Amino acid sequence: MTGYLIRRFGQAILVVFGVVLLTFLLSRLYPANAAARAALGPKASPAQIANFNHDNHYDLPIYEQFWIYCKNIFGHGYLGYSYKYNQSVRSLIDERIPKTLVLIGLSTIFALVVAIPLGILQVVRRNKIEDYILTGVSFIGYAMPAFLLGELLILWFSLDLGWFEFEAPQTDSTWGILTDPRGWILPVFSLSAITIAGFSRYMRSSMMEALTEDYIRTARAKGAAPGRVLFRHALRNALIPIITLLGLTLPAIVGGAIITETVFNYPGMGLLTTDAATQNDVPLLIGTTFVAAIATVLGNLIADILYAVVDPRVRYA
Amino acid sequence: MAVSPSPVLEPDAEPAGGEAQQQTGGGLTIQILRVFVENRLAVLGAALILFIVLFCFLGPTFYHTNQTDLQKALLTAPANASPSSTYPLGTDNNGFDMLGRIMYGGQISLEVGFAAAGIATILGVLVGAVSGFFGGFVDALLMRFVDVLLSVPLLYLLIVLAVIFHPSVEILILVIGFTAWLVPARLVRGETLSLRVREFVQAVRVMGGGGGRIVLRHIIPNTIGTIIVNATFQIADAILLLAALGFIGLGVPAPQTDWGSMIAVGVNYADSGDWWEIYPTGIAIVLVVVAFNFVGDALRDAFEVRLQRR
Repeated sequence: MTGYLIRRFGQAILVVFGVVLLTFLLSRLYPANAAARAALGPKASPAQIANFNHDNHYDLPIYEQFWIYCKNIFGHGYLGYSYKYNQSVRSLIDERIPKTLVLIGLSTIFALVVAIPLGILQVVRRNKIEDYILTGVSFIGYAMPAFLLGELLILWFSLDLGWFEFEAPQTDSTWGILTDPRGWILPVFSLSAITIAGFSRYMRSSMMEALTEDYIRTARAKGAAPGRVLFRHALRNALIPIITLLGLTLPAIVGGAIITETVFNYPGMGLLTTDAATQNDVPLLIGTTFVAAIATVLGNLIADILYAVVDPRVRYA
Repeated sequence: MAVSPSPVLEPDAEPAGGEAQQQTGGGLTIQILRVFVENRLAVLGAALILFIVLFCFLGPTFYHTNQTDLQKALLTAPANASPSSTYPLGTDNNGFDMLGRIMYGGQISLEVGFAAAGIATILGVLVGAVSGFFGGFVDALLMRFVDVLLSVPLLYLLIVLAVIFHPSVEILILVIGFTAWLVPARLVRGETLSLRVREFVQAVRVMGGGGGRIVLRHIIPNTIGTIIVNATFQIADAILLLAALGFIGLGVPAPQTDWGSMIAVGVNYADSGDWWEIYPTGIAIVLVVVAFNFVGDALRDAFEVRLQRR
């Protein structure tokens, strides 16, 4: 186990360093003068631009800039300065992260609660009408652009039926969002829709596979009831790969949150990202990208460790 | 979008190839085709794709509408007009005819979809095959690079690149293509690892064939099934990614448009009952993506026949 953990941690550290390098290169792909113009406005004088470039170290050789970037991130946790908000990127992101975590957490829980029973249902009723209907729905769910689904949900359930708010609660406090389900139900549902289709398909095939194992035959031979075989023997083993699947789907969920937050005007990191994109606020954009990538690396690390804890076969492989 | 593996028909749902093998005779290609044609969903999907491509690219030659001159549209056509005999699917907020607009936007969505998937596939196949075949340092370096890129959520990477390079059709093709090659690279690398130790590769080596020749002439052609299946899904994913970018406002610049941008504009008017500004376009996206998924799944089953025969 220790050896596995050390290897896995080493790999994660390597990837984090890679992400630092990648985000640095991306931020320098944007021409320095364009960055200055975006920050200072179109009327900035050449002297002002030169000043800006000096302040941001754009006049230094690229490797020195990278060194400063690393020192800022690892030494001070500093991610740059947003000229549009006149605030440090870090403080902007810190403010938004809890809200995005709430959205992602709730929708992942919801996706699992819906997808696992659906997958089991499809196995129990395989190649019957329920199975075909669910397969069809998951095909459409996969093909539906996330923003279209979100907009349709608003149209149907908010504007037409008036059951929910048409946008997320506009409040500064994360608690304020949590206590307003009329505001977060649609965003949570909309974000989980991306994963429900994939999860239930996975659950279906994972259950099918578990049911072919020798220990299932043994359990049946010993006279265990079908329900007991299904839930006590098959389900427990079929659930293990879901941990890995969660880790693998994390980038899609974090990315999907951008769309959901934009559709529902949900004040999280995704909305901050689209705002940064439409305002050409490159430091902020790079900052949110960096944080999203690090969150993904961490999530995958946790998923792999959990997997090893739950399934001894991985540890000793 | 790009959600993990697509919801696929598992092999157990469709006994792939069982019957095809009994009906012996015919070459490999014929057999593959036969399994494909037996799958009714796949034929439906292929027909849909053909129909939508013809509709978007040939449609405008029969159904003339102004889709580029904003001035003229604003001055001569009613904005947000409901469907009528003059405008079968109504008009949008600028007075562009919606039916014609779906063709016009569809051209760009499909072009970007095909071209980006093509770039992603070629790049992914080359990187994967080289990485898997040569192994060692090259492999470690390339795969760590893939790890890093995969840890950045795709949409974030796309948005950053689109902002840096300013979206245009060509830039969007390149941006989507250069971010989508990671999955085919991993798939092809995996297959290459098992192919490179096979007898036929050793035979080429003995006959004096170099690394480049082995990769291009022997390894890659043997992964063609995986490549084609993945490319099919890549097209669907690229169309969805472009739509997402269009929605955020990073799609193709006006007066050009794509399906995603059209819906992004349309929702503002759908709120007040102008359903024709989003539903037909939305249906077009869903249909084309579902169609590519049907075809991809059927191709996977069809190529499994080939593997079984070996």
